[in-house]
Amino acid sequence: MKIYESAREALSCLESGQTVMVGGFGLVGGPLTLIDTLVELDVTDLTIISNNLGEKGEGLGKLLNQKKVKKAIGSYFTGNRDVGEAYQRGELEIELLPQGTLAESIRAGGAGIGGYYTKTSVGTDLAEGKETKVIKGEEYVFEEALTADVAIIRAHMADKLGNLIYYKTARNFNPLMATAAKTVIVEVDKIVEVGELNSDVIVTPHLFIDRIILAKKILTQEGVVEHG
Amino acid sequence: MANSVQELIASRASKELEDGQVINLGIGIPTLVAKYVHTSNIFFHTENGMLGVDDVNEEDIDPNLVNAGKIPVGETRGASFFNSADSFGMIRGGHVDVAILGVLQVDESARIANWAVPGKNIIGVGGAMDLLVGAKKVIVTMTHISKDGKSKILKDCTYPITSTRSVDTIITELAVFKYINGQLHLVELMPDITLEQVIANTEAHFVNSL
Repeated sequence: MKIYESAREALSCLESGQTVMVGGFGLVGGPLTLIDTLVELDVTDLTIISNNLGEKGEGLGKLLNQKKVKKAIGSYFTGNRDVGEAYQRGELEIELLPQGTLAESIRAGGAGIGGYYTKTSVGTDLAEGKETKVIKGEEYVFEEALTADVAIIRAHMADKLGNLIYYKTARNFNPLMATAAKTVIVEVDKIVEVGELNSDVIVTPHLFIDRIILAKKILTQEGVVEHG
Repeated sequence: MANSVQELIASRASKELEDGQVINLGIGIPTLVAKYVHTSNIFFHTENGMLGVDDVNEEDIDPNLVNAGKIPVGETRGASFFNSADSFGMIRGGHVDVAILGVLQVDESARIANWAVPGKNIIGVGGAMDLLVGAKKVIVTMTHISKDGKSKILKDCTYPITSTRSVDTIITELAVFKYINGQLHLVELMPDITLEQVIANTEAHFVNSL
């Protein structure tokens, strides 16, 4: 685990063609500093695993408009009209998953599980081509686990070992993605000394975390602003 | 802004809820249901990772405290936050008592379509399929007729279905239906509505159980 001064240095491990998990539910809990830096990097053909693909021209939406995203895996891309248009033009592959399946597949990936059966999506268009199995009289569909080369996530506070705590609904996918990538980069509002976080409230233990930066962009009522 | 038809449907839906239940509200009319609940012993769950959703005053808005519709919310005493897998574990594991959902169409066997429209890009599903599979009871709140004047309660959904599971209760501005023993039953007319109006605006076959 290492604390980095800049987002650019922290993201130096990222290469074209890799799979990247991006935390957040819309902008809430999104690693806004890391996303904005990712947009400036010369990496392409990325597979992005994230609930949404930013908003039109914002966050991951910028990366999409730069044609750096080869494939998006998530549950709700409807909020960004550019996603539908890029998909229509054949510039973007989409793998749409029910939100619970997205979350569970990341959890499974982080826990060394190859896949699992769920009742969600059975009998719908999203189950087409997927293996099904009857367990105790009920039909289930097989879903593969998800893992990534790099995860970029957001937490509220880290100590210098990399233990993390989160803030309200900014938690969402972040603790899951922290477990499921080879390199996990987190941006936080505050870094404190080891021992300052109560051991009982630490959500993500430090063994999952590789790189930390201080957030330079925060979400306010007026939108995303620079701070510090 | 919500109109009087939406408020009427939401108000009626609130009467289906029971003390002590955990409720998940979808986007649209379902969101309005909360304001008609006048007990602190009903707990609102939201997919993005919270149990104990409450209203929020303008001056107390926190941009990092939102519901699944990304609308700012407040928190009740005793509220808790959790990650998305735990949140959907609650849903898929059968721990949420009631889901109230908006839909595009519902069919004679009370199966719903609420996530995709033919001819448009299918790029969003969110938590709809999870809620259908996992909630102990599903209540649909919907306007009875589409904007182009067609019944939304059909023999068969023409849009892709969200789940093979049948919903339990359907509440519109005209009537309340319950799905009992494999049949749709008309159980209640909304104020000033006649049976003839319901028949004229409902394509699906239903049993009159008024």
